[in-house]
Amino acid sequence: MSAPPAHGATAPAQATWADVNRDVIRTIGMPSDKYFAWLCLVVLVLCAGFGAWAYQIWVGIGAAGKRTPVMWAMYITTFVFWIGIGHAGTLISAVLYLFRAKWRTSIYRGAEAMTVFAVMTAGLFPLIHAGRMWFAYWLMPYPNQRYLWPNFKSPLVWDVFAISTYLTISVVFFIVGLVPDIAALRDNATGYKRKIYAVLSLGWEGSDHQWRHYRRGYGLLAALATPLVLSVHSVVSFDFAMALVPGWHSTLFPPFFVDGAIFSGFAMVLVLILPMRALFNWYPYITDKHLDAMAKLILVTSLVLTYFYVCEVFTAWYSGDHFERASVFAKASQQYAWAYWGMYFCNCLVPLVLFIRRARTHVVTLYVVSILVLIGMWLERFNIIVPGLAHDFYPYTWGTYYPTITDSAIVIGSFAWFFLLFLGFIRVMPSLSIVEVKEVLPHPMKHASPGGHH
Amino acid sequence: MAPTGMTTTGTTNVLGVFAHVDTTLQAIRDLRAKGFSNLTVYTPVPIEEIEHEIDKVEPLSKVRLFTVIGALTGTATGFFLTIWSSLKWELVTGGKAPVSIPPFVIIAFELTILLGGLATALAVLILGQLPKLRPSPTYDPRFSVDRFGVAVACAPDKADSVQSMLSAAGAEEVRR
Repeated sequence: MSAPPAHGATAPAQATWADVNRDVIRTIGMPSDKYFAWLCLVVLVLCAGFGAWAYQIWVGIGAAGKRTPVMWAMYITTFVFWIGIGHAGTLISAVLYLFRAKWRTSIYRGAEAMTVFAVMTAGLFPLIHAGRMWFAYWLMPYPNQRYLWPNFKSPLVWDVFAISTYLTISVVFFIVGLVPDIAALRDNATGYKRKIYAVLSLGWEGSDHQWRHYRRGYGLLAALATPLVLSVHSVVSFDFAMALVPGWHSTLFPPFFVDGAIFSGFAMVLVLILPMRALFNWYPYITDKHLDAMAKLILVTSLVLTYFYVCEVFTAWYSGDHFERASVFAKASQQYAWAYWGMYFCNCLVPLVLFIRRARTHVVTLYVVSILVLIGMWLERFNIIVPGLAHDFYPYTWGTYYPTITDSAIVIGSFAWFFLLFLGFIRVMPSLSIVEVKEVLPHPMKHASPGGHH
Repeated sequence: MAPTGMTTTGTTNVLGVFAHVDTTLQAIRDLRAKGFSNLTVYTPVPIEEIEHEIDKVEPLSKVRLFTVIGALTGTATGFFLTIWSSLKWELVTGGKAPVSIPPFVIIAFELTILLGGLATALAVLILGQLPKLRPSPTYDPRFSVDRFGVAVACAPDKADSVQSMLSAAGAEEVRR
């Protein structure tokens, strides 16, 4: 992992504590017309997505274009994609917290919100994919008259546990972090808003007594969330690795998936943070140091991912297994070759530009790289799932999947759902952590302390 | 556990508002040295130096006890649920014996984290006495911006000396 700047996160124009409160609180409240225009667009796309889902429920799952042999297609691709996006938030808030990387403070709230919303988006896809989503509760173990229990040896059931645990712990972490900030909003608000924020802040006052347990609890949550972050995408990868499909059945998958998840997660953080910084004028808090640190993480995870891609091809060749070799060859040369080479271009070549120091802080470059990384990571999941199933053991089961308007509309609608949640969040809640940003600013001292380490 | 700012019969609350970490720390040390132990310190962010000062008299937070109990309950639940429910239907699935531990470790691990995390959050609420339904009389909205507060619950006849001690330590404002 790239070394984060040791004493990052202090603003160049040296903001004071009161500035932080002011700068965060002014982002909340009556939004501009431009915001509503974006909101309308997002809602419109979302409606199209819901319409498509309703249509699929009405006519049946065939509307999604899935037919033998490709029974997992765009939905599972997008599910894995969103789960991957959801990795950066908890990585930033738990792992970097334990490593005391101070640069995390300015980006962690946005990243955590992104995590929660991304996992909420991902969670829809197994339901959409399964067709009759009103039976979704059958996945959960619950006491019933017939003593029917889920098959705990199935990776799909592990997935249910992993994703629901991840969502719950991410939400808890997110809310715990928000409480002292909501108290700051409460103290500044008037009227009914004050009442709402007072309830949401749980009456937080920042007394020594509250901080003592809070800090201890936060550290323990971070310690619990750290193995969880690494386990979630490992378990998602078991959905594939435990199956015997050529190109899936590999011990490489857990680290490969986790690395890809962090890679795409950081790209999404940049996609969200860069416009927010411009819109809210948060240049004193999200500085070039932060962009540089995130770009370095993207670069490192990209290099690791490239290594995994090479390993995948190498093991297929070296294994001598006919079906493994045929699977890789088909991916690279048959009907889905565009996705395969597109993935290599976006995930392996494009991020190399971040070796240039200036590119790591150049906003437009970073934005373009991040978008291409997101496209590349979506293609990666597509490449694992669709061509893998389309070209397995027997030639008579080979086939091609063609997307339909219905499943494409649902996938595009999922982006609208994610952005709707995020747009809503940034207008009612502090999307920059008031407390944590203040913590890394110099503390107010009357007499300058000789070894002032803050 | 110190009651935070609640006036019980026979005690007066004195509040000093500070603008700096070092003056706040000075006030806490001075008050402690004179035997005033019923202090409530308000800070906008957690301050390490003040925490160290508090840790000298307060017992270690019990949050971790909740965490470990929650986590172990999760582990036990995970193994119990998977083993017990497999024994209800003793079927060989995926070529594995009905009770096969490796796949069950995943369920047990997830439940360990889940219940451990939820117990930790619960501990922060219970031990921190949240939600707090009424604001403390000594709380000031500036404490969530950039001011520190030291509230002392003391006997009414000591209030004057506490006030002068807070001022001497560098309080911007002292009030009862």
